[in-house]
Amino acid sequence: MDEMSVAPGDAIVFDGLRKTYEALEGSIEALGPLSFGIRKGEFVSVLGPSGCGKSTLMLVAAGLDDATSGGVIIDGRPITRAFTDLGIVFQDHALLEWRTIIGNVMLHSDLRKIPAKELQPRAMDLIRKVGLEGFENRYPFELSGGMRQRAAICRALVHSPPFLFFDEPFGALDALTREQMRVDLEKLWLDRRQTVLFITHGIAEAVALSDRVVVMTSRPGRVERIIDIDLPRPRGSAVLASPEFVGYCAVIKDIFSASGILKD
Amino acid sequence: MRKRQLLDAAGPLLALVLLFLGWESAVVLFGVSEHLLPRPSRIFVEIVDRAPMLALHASSTVSIILSGFALSVVVAIPLALAISFVPVVRRVVYPIVVFSQLIPKIAIAPLFIIWFGFGVLPKVLITFLISFFPILIQAIVGFTSIKPEPIRVARSMGAGPVDMFLRVRLPHALPNLFAGLKMSMAAAAIGAIVSEFIASSRGLGYLVLVANGEMNSPLAFAGMMLLSLIGILLYFIVELIQRLTTPWDIAQRRLTPN
Repeated sequence: MDEMSVAPGDAIVFDGLRKTYEALEGSIEALGPLSFGIRKGEFVSVLGPSGCGKSTLMLVAAGLDDATSGGVIIDGRPITRAFTDLGIVFQDHALLEWRTIIGNVMLHSDLRKIPAKELQPRAMDLIRKVGLEGFENRYPFELSGGMRQRAAICRALVHSPPFLFFDEPFGALDALTREQMRVDLEKLWLDRRQTVLFITHGIAEAVALSDRVVVMTSRPGRVERIIDIDLPRPRGSAVLASPEFVGYCAVIKDIFSASGILKD
Repeated sequence: MRKRQLLDAAGPLLALVLLFLGWESAVVLFGVSEHLLPRPSRIFVEIVDRAPMLALHASSTVSIILSGFALSVVVAIPLALAISFVPVVRRVVYPIVVFSQLIPKIAIAPLFIIWFGFGVLPKVLITFLISFFPILIQAIVGFTSIKPEPIRVARSMGAGPVDMFLRVRLPHALPNLFAGLKMSMAAAAIGAIVSEFIASSRGLGYLVLVANGEMNSPLAFAGMMLLSLIGILLYFIVELIQRLTTPWDIAQRRLTPN
């Protein structure tokens, strides 16, 4: 295990995780081996170019895909099947099109067998917080992309999970909506301080949201550098205009330039 | 909204009325013989005059259509599940089923008489043979076309196989299932008539055949018109159930044509 990036007591530990895919001519190294840890209550982004295996990394951590070797340990337990103590958001909103917005947020009630009464207040509270009030009885197809993704975030938060996994949640949204969603997500996270694994390819997005950014190489994705982001929260426009913020972004750009992912 | 729906319904109805009016006046205007093409009004009179006899034949046809259709549903949906979720079945059985559809079904229908006699069974089997494929194909599309993300979300909520099927895969498949059911219902109506052409002494198909043989065109047309009516009615019953069970899909299609 890489002593530099994993500390004792980490809530999530990636332990020599490696993933290969079988292809026509032998196997393709997709990911790793990589090791790093995420502390309890920490917001960590995994930032890398497309195809570096960062989405796979999240799927393995969620127990939704298998590692070829190594693995992921959450709260001391190795992940061997679907991990359920989390909220999860994908780039595709993944709402069930036959359920209304509130029906989607309340899906937990049916699948986890939680009484609806217990979830309802928190569900309505979240729907209000993300600005979907009045739309709770609409179907997903009636909503804009941004609104659907807000509903997906409500669904990930409603059962108050200790862990949140995001796979490029704002990837399909326009720049303005993206900006607003980022601000709203930070606000929601500051309420509860869940342990967050956030997959993205947006440098500014990663820096603005995270306590630490794990910068990855291209395929096979490995940890290139882990950067502590020491900026005050909430990170409003003043923070994002500060030289420190710009400095962090520049450092990451330099890393990508040095490895040939970004070219002048 | 209400006004637009009314207009949407009025259009086709008006077209139908115009068609009958044009037909009626053309027959009268050109003095077409009743044996070649009876007037619509003459056909309606025939239907009313012969109502009890027609009803008897119609009920026989409807029972064949519904039996064949029910058999199709009962066979096609479990088979679709097996083909969708059991790789061995998908590899071995699926090609055989598809290949079976290349056999001209109407041509093998007479064989069914040899095998199963003149009772209800061969008629139901012919109807089944013609109507089961659309449900099968649409059900397979429905069960397999779901994207991985909703499945992953459900798994991360601890969904077991039963919940996964009942709450995720099945609702996703419903629009396709209904598309298949509607196509199969239409096909079942055709299958029942074919079966009555070949092997029957009852039913509207048989009646049309006999009326044709006797050059009794008004009766033949009366039979055909009833057959069409039955086909349309059965189709709309399925459509109605679809509207009640998949409101999200209906609304979505109304908003986004194509």
